[in-house]
Parts: sequence; C-alpha cells; structure tokens
Amino acid sequence: MNARVLPYVLILPVTLFLCLFFLYPFLLVSKQAFSTGSGFTLDNFREVTSYWKFPTTLRNTFLLAAAVVPVQLALALLMATMVNKMQKGRDLILYVWTIPLGISDLAAGIIWLAIFEQSGFLNSMMNGLGIVDKPVNLLTFQNPGLVFLAIALAEIWRATAIMLVILVAGIGLIPKEYYEAAEVFGASPWKRFTRITLPLLRPSLQTALVLRVILAFEIFAVVAALGGTLFPVLMGETYAYQFDLLNSGAAAAMALIILAISIGFTLIILRLLRVPKGATI
Amino acid sequence: MAEIQIKNVAKTFGAYQALHDINLTIQDQEFMVLLGASGCGKTTLLRIVAGLETATTGEVWIGGRRIDHLPPKDRGIAMVFQNYAVFPHLTVFENIGFGLRMQKLPNDEVKRRVERTAELMHIEQLLKRYSGELSGGQRQRVAVARALAMEPDVILMDEPLSNLDALLRMEMRAELKGVLAESNTTAIYVTHDQVEAMSMADRISVMHQGKIVQAASPIEVYRNPAAEFVAGFIGNPPMNFLPATPSGNGKWTVGGQDMNGPVSSETLKFAIRPEDLRPSETGLKATAKVVEPLGAHLLVTCDVEGALFRAVLDSDMTVKPGDVLTLAPQTDRVRWFNPETTLAVA
Repeated sequence: MNARVLPYVLILPVTLFLCLFFLYPFLLVSKQAFSTGSGFTLDNFREVTSYWKFPTTLRNTFLLAAAVVPVQLALALLMATMVNKMQKGRDLILYVWTIPLGISDLAAGIIWLAIFEQSGFLNSMMNGLGIVDKPVNLLTFQNPGLVFLAIALAEIWRATAIMLVILVAGIGLIPKEYYEAAEVFGASPWKRFTRITLPLLRPSLQTALVLRVILAFEIFAVVAALGGTLFPVLMGETYAYQFDLLNSGAAAAMALIILAISIGFTLIILRLLRVPKGATI
Repeated sequence: MAEIQIKNVAKTFGAYQALHDINLTIQDQEFMVLLGASGCGKTTLLRIVAGLETATTGEVWIGGRRIDHLPPKDRGIAMVFQNYAVFPHLTVFENIGFGLRMQKLPNDEVKRRVERTAELMHIEQLLKRYSGELSGGQRQRVAVARALAMEPDVILMDEPLSNLDALLRMEMRAELKGVLAESNTTAIYVTHDQVEAMSMADRISVMHQGKIVQAASPIEVYRNPAAEFVAGFIGNPPMNFLPATPSGNGKWTVGGQDMNGPVSSETLKFAIRPEDLRPSETGLKATAKVVEPLGAHLLVTCDVEGALFRAVLDSDMTVKPGDVLTLAPQTDRVRWFNPETTLAVA
C-alpha cells in the first residue's frame, strides 16, 4: 500500500471509534445542555448556577483540588527522586507504590471508610488506647474538617501514583551529565533539584499535572463513599440532576461546566510550565 | 599556584581494579594529557580529581592542599564534559554564568565575566540562544567558556573534542591550546587521540590497564617510549618490532642482518619507527606486500622474515607488491625492548 496513505488507514479504526463513542455523544450532550425543547437557550446553565448549592459545590471541588494536588505533586516528586536513586529493589518499590492505581475510586473510598467509620479501625485503635470511651462517629456534619481530611487523605493515597509513574519516567530521561556538571559548578543537591531536575522535568510535570487536575475536578466516588451528601462536589451534583431529579438538560450543563473548568486549568498549566521558545528539553 | 599531586591513588569497582597505585605530579600551569585506549582508567582518574568519583585509596592535592575529601565545588576546579553538558533549558549566557550564579556573585560581575569569556571563545553573538539552536562546535565553545568563567586553578577536560568532525577538531585543538595557555590554569586533558595529545600537551601520561606507563614530553614519549605498549600506541603507523638474538658483545642478529645494540645475553626486541628507515645497499630485506601512496609519502607494508613491518618512504619512489627492499634503520633511532618485562632497554 502507498506509504503516504498507510498511516491514515491504520489510525482509521481508532478515529471512527472515537467519533462514534466520544465525539457524537459529546455533541448530543452539548445539544442537550443548550436546549430545553425549544431551540438554543442558556436556561439550563442559568438553572444550575443559580441553585443555592452551586457555589458550595464549586468551592468544595476547588478546595479539594487545591489541597490534594500540591501535596500529591510534592509527594510524587519526592518518591520519584528516591526511586531514581535506588540501585536495587527499584521495581519492587515502584510496584508497591502503584498498587492504589489498580483499585477503583469507589473501592478506595470504601477502604478509607472502613478506617474512619464508627466501627472502623481508627475508632478501635483510639478505644484500645483509651483515647475515647466509646466509638465516636467521626464523619458527621459536626466535623466538616474531618470529612474533608478523610476525603483528601483517600484521594492522596489513591491517585498520587499516577503522577509518580509519569515523573519517574521523566526523571529517568534526564542525562546524568547535567547533574555532574551542576555539581562541579557548585550546585548543592537542593539547587540541582530546583535548577536542573524541575526545569528539565517540565514536559512530564505538564502531563502529570494536567491529568491529575482534570481528575481532581471529576472527583465523585471517594466523596460519595466518605462524605455522602455532607460534602457536595460538582460531579455529585451532576449525578443528582441526572438520576435523582431526572433533569438531563441540567446534568448536561453541569458536565459542560466541569469540562470548561478542566480546559481552563489545562491551558493555565501548559502556559505556566511552558518550555521557553528555542529551548529543547 | 596550582600544582596537582596524585599520591598512590587506586580505584576498584567491585572486583575490577580500574586504577593501580597512580602517582603523578602536574606542575602549576602545565598542560597534562592523559592518553590511553578506552577502559584504561584515564577518565576515572580525571573524575577522581574532579570529585565525581572517590578514590578507593590514595590522596589528591591541589596547590598544597589535600582535596580528595572535599566536594567538587571546593576544589578550585572546572570541567569540560565529553557531551558538553550544556544545559538545554538555559540560554548560553546563563550556561556560562551557571557556576558564578551558584557562587552568588553580583549580577554585574556575572555579566562582566560571562561577556569576557564569551568573547574569548568567539560566541558573544550567541549569548541569548539556547543549546538546541547551536551547532556541536558552538556547544563545545559554550562548555569551555563555562569552565573558564569560573577562573579556576585547574581545568579538567574529558575528551572535549571527540564529538566534533575532523576539521573542526583540528581548529578547536589549536584554539583551545592558545586560550588555556593564556588563562594560566593547570589543565588535565583526557583523550584517546594521540594526535591531540602530541599537539596540545606539555606532558603526556600514557595509561594502560589502570597504570601510567610513561609520563613525559610528547617528543620524549615518541622518541623514547618507555615500554612496548607506548611504542605501539603512539605513532601512526606504530613502531616496528622484530625479534633480535644476541651474538655476544653487543652484536645482534635482526631479520638475518647484523646490528649493534646493548650488551645483553637475553633475547630482546628490536624496534624502529617506519619513518626512520631508508632504502640502502645494506640493511633489512623486506618484501613489499601492500603499497599505499598517501601523497606526502609512501606507506609500504612489508614482510621481514615472517614479521609485519612498515616503512614510510619518499613519495617519489616506485615500489610494487612483491619487490624486495633493502631498508637501513637510522641507527640513533633504533630502540630495544625486553620481551619479558616489555620495558625499554637502554
């Protein structure tokens, strides 16, 4: 077959699949979001954004992302640097650290629920140590901070590894000679990290952050398991519109709002971590 | 003053002994070349001086100060790496100024020194560019400028020209030599290229299997190789060797001919450089096998009693394969080696 045509023929099945099962439904959802039955309208958006719970869900989602993502980034960088320095057992450690990746987010939420609930491990431990007289219900509306903390912990435990694997691959690509040159020219280990590792890791950091931030705005199952309705987030509300209120127009509008936020943050991340023009990393 | 003293330095990697008891003193402002084939330990020795590798035993002193326990930055050294290691995310300016920034020098001082060294290396018009926008030769210049900007006591170079094409290498060789001579620094230069070593060095240390076989001026290493390895490694084509049997009282039989040599009753090896042979009435009988006209001269590969033997002859001569030549060695250039110890015999 003609070598110029062949690549396009090879990607054709995937393209068709994406058009059929992604692009087409996406267009349907968009159409749904912008109509109430009688032509183009922004009514659905007006309805969801003017609902009293909307500012809370928006704030909660952002707060959670703001609390979780930086911690995950720092942890992933630390873990990737450590793994990279290891001589033996590197793969084993990497496998162990990425185990949470293999667990669904709902299962992860349930695991942490088993720790925090009234009859959970944490209560048993505190009771056993005599810190509390009888098991207390921790995840209630009286302890919003604790609910937030439990969700954040579960998210950090669950989804740090996705950043870790990307950063480990990225750090592995940085030539050793750069570190040796930096060392000879007087850079301390910390300076080598900030002046060599971080800038040269920019492409990997972009990927890891974009992926993680998008997932953070889509958080749903972990919150549902640990917070129920105590901590409403954007995705939870979308679910409620679709399945509790049977208002698919409003659900579609919520989905597009989440998409818009994700795109916005992706652009910000790409801009902040851009490689200077002319530099090749 | 930046005299370098390497005292009893040895290095092992697991069971492999990379360096055996190295002792070497490099004078202040001397240009010392470590020459050897790959795997001989020359880069390991350089990295020990740099502080990127730790010696298993031994001491390194620079300018009368023991430095082998100090981190690289406190040793007063700068280094040029084989692959340049020019940081791709920084401009040429920031690359050259990297070490100065690490020393927290004021901005105007950084600017002054970067501009001065950039001018010295003829890259002042490239200061705003990134490494990806430079050619190999320009990157090489940035790497040298970065080292010079530190105004170090000692500059260490690890095969800095090996990634350049032949013409550029020749140009940079001369330029580097000039720049370094003016900078008044002591230099250690690692290379496997004997031409580079011969043309740049004040002194060459020829290394083989983790040992320094000979440390002497280029001409001394060429004329009076201390061991068979040096004789065979330096010079292109290398020295010729023929077995020599003693016939008593300093008389020897070499290739069926009588020669004068050292007084010894043991079997020795006779050695002569290919360019120190002249066609003559009497001498070694050599059957020409391959004739290579190289323009400036004629390289003839011959057979002398079954041994490989090369002669560099005048390009005017006409020699055909199969011709029998009579080649007379220039007597003051003949050298003798002990086949047991492989060392030169006076």
